[in-house]
Amino acid sequence: MSITPPPASEVKDHNELFEAPEYQAQFERKREFEAGCSSDEVERIRQWTRSAEYREKNFAREALTVNPAKACQPLGAVLAGLGFAGTLPLVHGSQGCVAYFRSHFARHFKEPVPTVSSSMTEDAAVFGGLNNMVEALDNATALYRPDMIAISTTCMAEVIGDDLHAFIEEARQKGSVPPGYLLPFAHTPSFVGSHLTGYDNMLRAILEHLAKDRRGRPTGRINLVPGFDTNVGDHRELGRLLNLMGVDHVILGDHSAALDSPADGEYQLYPGGTPLGEAAEAINARATVFLQETATRRTSELVRDVWGQEAVTLTPPIGVNNTDRFVAEVARLAGVTVPREITLERGRLIDALTDSHAYLHGRRVAIAGDPDLVVGLLGFLLELGMEPVHVVSTNGDASFRERAEAVLATSPFGAGATVWPGKDLWHLRSLVFTEPVDLLIGNSYLKYLSREAQVPLWRVGFPIFDRHHLHRFPILGYTGALHLLTQLVNTVLEELDRTAPDHSFDIVR
Amino acid sequence: MSATPTREQTEAMIADVLEVYPAKAKKERARHLKPNDPAGSKECAVKSNVKSRPGVMTIRGCAYAGSKGVVWGPVKDVVHISHGPVGCGQYSWSTRRNYSRGTVGVDNFVPMQFTSDFQERDVVFGGDKKLAKINQEIAELFPLAKGISIQSECPIGLIGDDIEAVARQSAKELGIPVVPVRCEGFRGVSQSLGHHIANDSIRDWVLGTRDTTMQTPYDVALIGDYNIGGDAWASRKILEDMGLRVIAQWSGDGTINELATTHLAKLNVIHCYRSMNYICRTMEERYGIPWVEYNFFGPTKIVESMRRIAEFFDDTIRERTEAAIASYQAKFDEVRERYGKRLAGKTVMLLVGGLRPRHTIGAYEDLGMEVIGTGYEFGHGDDYTRTYPELKEGAVLYDDPTAFELEEFARRLRPDLMGAGVKEKYVFHKMGMPFRQMHSWDYSGPYHGVEGFAVFARDMDIAINNPSWNLFQPPWTRSGEVVTP
Repeated sequence: MSITPPPASEVKDHNELFEAPEYQAQFERKREFEAGCSSDEVERIRQWTRSAEYREKNFAREALTVNPAKACQPLGAVLAGLGFAGTLPLVHGSQGCVAYFRSHFARHFKEPVPTVSSSMTEDAAVFGGLNNMVEALDNATALYRPDMIAISTTCMAEVIGDDLHAFIEEARQKGSVPPGYLLPFAHTPSFVGSHLTGYDNMLRAILEHLAKDRRGRPTGRINLVPGFDTNVGDHRELGRLLNLMGVDHVILGDHSAALDSPADGEYQLYPGGTPLGEAAEAINARATVFLQETATRRTSELVRDVWGQEAVTLTPPIGVNNTDRFVAEVARLAGVTVPREITLERGRLIDALTDSHAYLHGRRVAIAGDPDLVVGLLGFLLELGMEPVHVVSTNGDASFRERAEAVLATSPFGAGATVWPGKDLWHLRSLVFTEPVDLLIGNSYLKYLSREAQVPLWRVGFPIFDRHHLHRFPILGYTGALHLLTQLVNTVLEELDRTAPDHSFDIVR
Repeated sequence: MSATPTREQTEAMIADVLEVYPAKAKKERARHLKPNDPAGSKECAVKSNVKSRPGVMTIRGCAYAGSKGVVWGPVKDVVHISHGPVGCGQYSWSTRRNYSRGTVGVDNFVPMQFTSDFQERDVVFGGDKKLAKINQEIAELFPLAKGISIQSECPIGLIGDDIEAVARQSAKELGIPVVPVRCEGFRGVSQSLGHHIANDSIRDWVLGTRDTTMQTPYDVALIGDYNIGGDAWASRKILEDMGLRVIAQWSGDGTINELATTHLAKLNVIHCYRSMNYICRTMEERYGIPWVEYNFFGPTKIVESMRRIAEFFDDTIRERTEAAIASYQAKFDEVRERYGKRLAGKTVMLLVGGLRPRHTIGAYEDLGMEVIGTGYEFGHGDDYTRTYPELKEGAVLYDDPTAFELEEFARRLRPDLMGAGVKEKYVFHKMGMPFRQMHSWDYSGPYHGVEGFAVFARDMDIAINNPSWNLFQPPWTRSGEVVTP
């Protein structure tokens, strides 16, 4: 381009435009028609919502949920489908759900999310969605030529009681798909559990379907199941670690290719994922290691109780101790020793931790997120001498509470924490205003509280809509911990600089 | 020379793309894909507002998205309950960028997600008792909420809940309007029916229920602007510059009081015809209020629209309108001067909701750009009728296109810019094609109004002329052999 580009900042957009006096005057004029409350009253209520009295009322809520940190089952089912090569997720039910899943993931991953719907409408609500299923398979196979279609359901299909098994068999008979075509399916009612439940249900269905009649000679392999892990750097990091250890392995549910594909001028619908043939062999592996509990509960039952395989469920390898356990467990299962390179990596992480500890020690933290992520992060925080205070997981259950409390009990730094399964981010707001903290940890939706309570937010988890590329880096393993530490300590240092008086605005930290 | 293909070329392209479809879907989809005839001839009429085919990857959403996400959600002093399972409210939480002023959680509830978070027992035993309890809890915890709307998700209409009875009872107990909305996602074929249902719920439960003390002959209501990135504020400014008094905003940065008193307007001016023509017709029939469509994208349409609106008023307004137009001219010229030479001759394909596929054409043309294809996610016949004359002959029109169709058309036409939504965005990035989200303004805006045109032009320039698009090819071949320059 030969013409000099105009500076983008010369144009005022929404960030600055409305601060102009003419707009401020316009807003004042508009108040006449709003019949709003006086600013005194707004301020009085605002202060009241931050009080202990309000906290009590807020925690007495029985029916209303405000700002939950969880999503629904079929969202997880879509992610499970995207973890397998050549696989197109199909969600049977209303089509709006699929639009939502695709946009939700697209905003987090900044990637395309190919998924189709059977587009059920009012007539299907009356007569059932059989015709929709048949035509969906006809069309999806013709247009998008997948090797496998991973089928889940929306709550509409669940409420009217559509029978996926019967529908799929009927579609096969009608010739919608070639004989033997791979069509794993899972019922994923959104009024049960959360996105993690849906991930689990779909993953189990896929593995069951692929491994059917495939029991054969033991491969000696290790299966690795990361679960609902939205940091695509993790899948690559886990692969790298196991390769370093010389462990023959397969990652079951590897969506890192589908959700972090290169821009090279050609859009590929199916850029990778766990190869279907390798997933089918999972039944013959030596053992399966699960890196999340809540998102793999039924899948681990399949491996343990149906396949009769050794199934090990670990806390996600976040931080030093969790990664140590992971590495040691994999070494034990595979019968290998830990190579020096991994020990060096570990040492470099410890070196970094010791460099940064002074800024983290004793900092009070509130954390919210998916149960396994929170349990993993708690271990890391305690290693750093940070003090978790409020521990919230909207989709956490009794098992989460037990696991989180067990981790907290391992360290005196965990003594001041309370674990809140089933609570939402509006509960968290009350907790933070009545018992303040130094740092918030969680997804993008905590930014409202961060701004209001003037507490910095360290973004980890899902969804992260408002910061770029964090999800492309690993958070698991020693390398992942180094990424986490870098973001964590620099979040604290940014805040220190932002609030420092001139004399304390140190050049060396 | 026009970059738009001829009618024959477009017909051939459509036929080629449809080749892979199964017979039934092929026949059906063919009705939705046409080369444009500006005269609107019958053979080029696009079929619309019918069911999407299953399994084709439609970009459409649902009635709930049309009601909660579009029409009701921006009303800031009302708590909108996503009634049913947790997902719908979660996925639509704050992502539409309908800006609002006020204190979040105190007198402004737009950036929040309220849900009944249905569990299995609610589906089995019904959710009415829970809903009544939720209404009480809202009143207690959010005492400055001026109303409650109940946005039904799919299960509500399937399990036979009586949300209307609950709403009446709660309204009586709590002393605020409680509005039941039957916008279950399986109703209709897209967001569009949700818009209609939401309009009707305002008509039946809110409109005309309050009065104001003062009225003037210049009172207008700004209808169908959701204040994406501040659009409604930039539009309101123009109306005020014309000497008009805007008594209500539907619904961006709106309040229930504005909805309740709109029947006192002398004229309804409507931007998004698709989502709010219903309420304008209601007010015309019920109160005799005339309404007029306008377009505040780009200088040409802004000026045309201002004059059209001014026609409804006396000379005072007409003179002020001309004065306002004159005062905008320098700003318009500056933007065209600055960006026109960087954008002239660039081609655009669009796929947006129900208004922008036609309303933004003029703004692109003001910058010397050419729209060579456009389509609606949920338009109706009257939207296409309004579109044909805006485009050159032969431009490709696609109604509710599948992901496959849009990608194939773009591969063949290679526009300089694609404008669609977040689900499409990254596909085109992989293809090396500049892209702007035209629902959310890609986190920018406003695009409406005088200042909005500058933002629009800047953003299109950023998208098309960023140097990163030149980096796609490494200096070696696929097999890794280095190419000597």
